[in-house]
Amino acid sequence: MDIQSIHPLVIFFAAITTNNILLTNFLGMCSFLAVSKDLKSSLGLGVAVIFVSTFTAPLNWLVYHKLLVPYGLEYLQYIAFIIVIAAFVQIIEMIIERVSTLLYLTLGIFLPLITVNCAIFGCVLFLVIRQYTFMQSIAYGLGAGTGWALAITALAGIRTRMEKKSKVIAELEGPGIALIITGIMAMAFIGFSGIVKIN
Amino acid sequence: MSAGPVKGVAALKRMLWEENPVIGQILGICSALAVTNLVKNTLVMCLGLIFTLMMSCFTVSLLRNVIPRQVRMIIQVLVIAAYVIVIKIILDAYLPEISNELGPYVGLIITNCIVMGRTEGYAMNNKPGDAILDGIGAGIGYSLVLLPIAMVREPLGLGTFFGMQLLPPDWTKWNMMVIAPSGFFALATYIWIVRAFKAGEGKR
Repeated sequence: MDIQSIHPLVIFFAAITTNNILLTNFLGMCSFLAVSKDLKSSLGLGVAVIFVSTFTAPLNWLVYHKLLVPYGLEYLQYIAFIIVIAAFVQIIEMIIERVSTLLYLTLGIFLPLITVNCAIFGCVLFLVIRQYTFMQSIAYGLGAGTGWALAITALAGIRTRMEKKSKVIAELEGPGIALIITGIMAMAFIGFSGIVKIN
Repeated sequence: MSAGPVKGVAALKRMLWEENPVIGQILGICSALAVTNLVKNTLVMCLGLIFTLMMSCFTVSLLRNVIPRQVRMIIQVLVIAAYVIVIKIILDAYLPEISNELGPYVGLIITNCIVMGRTEGYAMNNKPGDAILDGIGAGIGYSLVLLPIAMVREPLGLGTFFGMQLLPPDWTKWNMMVIAPSGFFALATYIWIVRAFKAGEGKR
């Protein structure tokens, strides 16, 4: 099937489940492991990632297809994408700071982390490589962000419970056991693979 | 762990074991796990990372007195991105197949936390010579984690090693080893083994 003919909604669901950016593509692991100790900050970071990826995906689509391709500058794509993401995050940070102190306190501290979050950058690279259309790239950005947020909140929940109730082998404490839980979660997500499929 | 600035070869050595960026700080595994189901791809990825680390540490270190403090992050990212583009172009030209398979993961070297960590944490404050060694050390330290994982995953999952048949053809392939979850398990096991070793070392 031609990739451009897939309905954006399908791409959205696939990005959350079967093609979950964290559990199948391993993107955004660094902040995933570092932040998931605490449920509240996981949720905050998750929302911030959804927000940024939803907007940077179509933005970068425009930059790539309307600016870089017409002038034959595809080889500059990495630099262009990084600049777009960094600039977007910076602007959003300033706007949020002006508009709402509450929102700034909950989301603001996570925004700088996001510039170097591989999930955002990887999401942009995937949509270029898979040649999504504009609508599809919005859906993919939203889906990838949601999938990532889902995974980090789930892991944070499990980790918080585990800290109270379970005893972990000393050498596996912290990142080790988090990786194993993530592995089991990834296996669970394989169960979705019959539902939707994109590649 | 170390008091005062570490110079020269010591900067390279500590990255391999004591302060291995992957084992110690769990950095840079984002792009790492996805490529470790084939030894060949892993090797290319590791070489790419070593090159990026070496060159960007060197460049950032050369520029360290010129870069204004406030914009240093974005300048570091741009330097890193420039070298990653070089790698991408070289791969496209000489190894187009591998470049295709690695797909976005070559580009993701840019957001690999190890590179930013080393340029920000070491190259910004040290001489170019030391920065290069530090970069190479971090790169090799990363490879020392990835290559063993790939060497376990590829033979068990596909029965091959570096694309060659290793196990007998009637070997039942562990499909599990090729897909995503095993990457998490493999890394966790590796961290477990290394930490157990280190704990034993401490006791002696």
